[in-house]
Amino acid sequence: MNWSWFHRLASPPHVYALAARLTPWFAWPAAVAIIAGLWGGLVLAPPDYQQGDGFRIIYVHAPSAWMSLMVYVTMAVSAAVGLVWRIKVAHAVAASCAPIGASFTFAALVTGALWGQPMWGTYWQWDPRLTSELVLLFLYLGYMGLRAGIEDPQRADRASAVLAVVGVVNVPIIHYSVTWWNSLHQAPSVMRLAKPAMPLAMLLPLLLMLLGFTLFFVALLLVRLRGEVLARERAASWIREVVSA
Amino acid sequence: MRAFFDMGGYAAFVWPAYAVTLAVVLLNIFWAYRALERSRTEARRRLQVQGERR
Amino acid sequence: MSRPEGTVAQAFRAVGEPTAPGTAAGFAVSMPRAGALEAARLALLRDLQLAFRKRGQLVQPLAFFAMVTLLFPLAISPELARLRELAPGVLWVGALLGSLLALEFLFRDDAHDGTLEQYALSGQSLTALMFAKTFAHWLLTGLPLALMAPIAALSLGVATAALPGILLSVAVGTVALSLIGSIGAALTLGIKRSGALLSLLTLPLSLPVLIFGARATQLAIHGESLLAPLELLAALAVLGITLAPLASAAAVRISLE
Repeated sequence: MNWSWFHRLASPPHVYALAARLTPWFAWPAAVAIIAGLWGGLVLAPPDYQQGDGFRIIYVHAPSAWMSLMVYVTMAVSAAVGLVWRIKVAHAVAASCAPIGASFTFAALVTGALWGQPMWGTYWQWDPRLTSELVLLFLYLGYMGLRAGIEDPQRADRASAVLAVVGVVNVPIIHYSVTWWNSLHQAPSVMRLAKPAMPLAMLLPLLLMLLGFTLFFVALLLVRLRGEVLARERAASWIREVVSA
Repeated sequence: MRAFFDMGGYAAFVWPAYAVTLAVVLLNIFWAYRALERSRTEARRRLQVQGERR
Repeated sequence: MSRPEGTVAQAFRAVGEPTAPGTAAGFAVSMPRAGALEAARLALLRDLQLAFRKRGQLVQPLAFFAMVTLLFPLAISPELARLRELAPGVLWVGALLGSLLALEFLFRDDAHDGTLEQYALSGQSLTALMFAKTFAHWLLTGLPLALMAPIAALSLGVATAALPGILLSVAVGTVALSLIGSIGAALTLGIKRSGALLSLLTLPLSLPVLIFGARATQLAIHGESLLAPLELLAALAVLGITLAPLASAAAVRISLE
């Protein structure tokens, strides 16, 4: 098995070119999936028997929440790779993830609040999910704050990598403790689509949205990655060609 | 059509939620390309400075 | 078998001029192959010795804790019955913030005078030294806070029967807090005015401690068994002891690069 394609992923010029080429391959399918998901979710899916049309917020809330968590894990894993194997491209990936993840965590919180108001009668609810999302937002902000606070770029990469790894280890612990705390105080039941299984007409658009957002994340990552890779390269004839293009 | 926009009475919640998400999506696209442009400009400048030093 | 008198005396003499360069070098030189445990012990003793030089500073987290405890009755209500309900929250927020306050100084002086660098270069296990420093921090901050917590609790209308439980839970919880905090402190070494950033980094990671600790305190106040949350707190402390010094050591090495 020829692994050279894998090893080349550590090479900045290769990654830069590859990212540029691959972006449309993720961007367009993402757009298609999202539009299809929106059509399915807003138009085709029937209203929920309990929440009426209000449940349709799930088609933006769930993908945002999914993004917030998936991006954090991606960030932590690539940071760990960068830390252990000292690969700059990995650090570049981690740096690219942070703003994307933070903004979608924000979206998850806002859409969650907007969903909560008609369903629970209150914009904010200290339920495990929303509370964990809020903590996740602070974890992102801390990560970005640490990066911004350290001037030396290499030190910033490595220090924030340690933070990301420590954070990802803590996320399950935090989530567990928040769930535990919540169960003690008998909070009102977390919003749930009452039926144990979603009918296909509701589920399919949701899956499409989740897929679409994931593809969108990859496309965004590829764009940001190019900038981050450039920033980490001092030397370089390859930069000259790329930049004067 | 009107029923669609009304969202069964939940319009005041559903549409802002979609609007916020759309805004975040668009902002991300804008930020990503802006960051890329900045890096390219920065790299160009760095090369220039290096070239001048020789 | 004589004690390594010269070694310890040398180390302590080195401690005598905390800001003089070469001090830490004395430390490193004086224990050639002392082993991680001995190095840790000496680091611990040095930190305690240095802290007792500035006895005034030792009181600051305690004074802060007392002030915070005072704020709540003034802001909410003097009724003891109400305060008793709020006591777990007040005590733990106060302990958390007090512990946070003292964190900035965990590494600061040592980073300034080059001791930290010597620790990293000395060939001794940096992890062990980090553990020693964090333990010293707990002895100087967490433990006093734990001892003060019962007094603060009394002022909030808590019954005396609850006090041992409160002391125990705060003591165990602050161990975890010191360990978690050491990671943030190590990461933000060398960042100017890092107080707010340090809080931003440390607080999310400290939330489980807050949750379990407050619950333990609440159960103690109601006279129920606080074993369950206390065990969880202890688990967090143990997890911290195993992992945090490793992370701090890595962070210190990165900060010193």
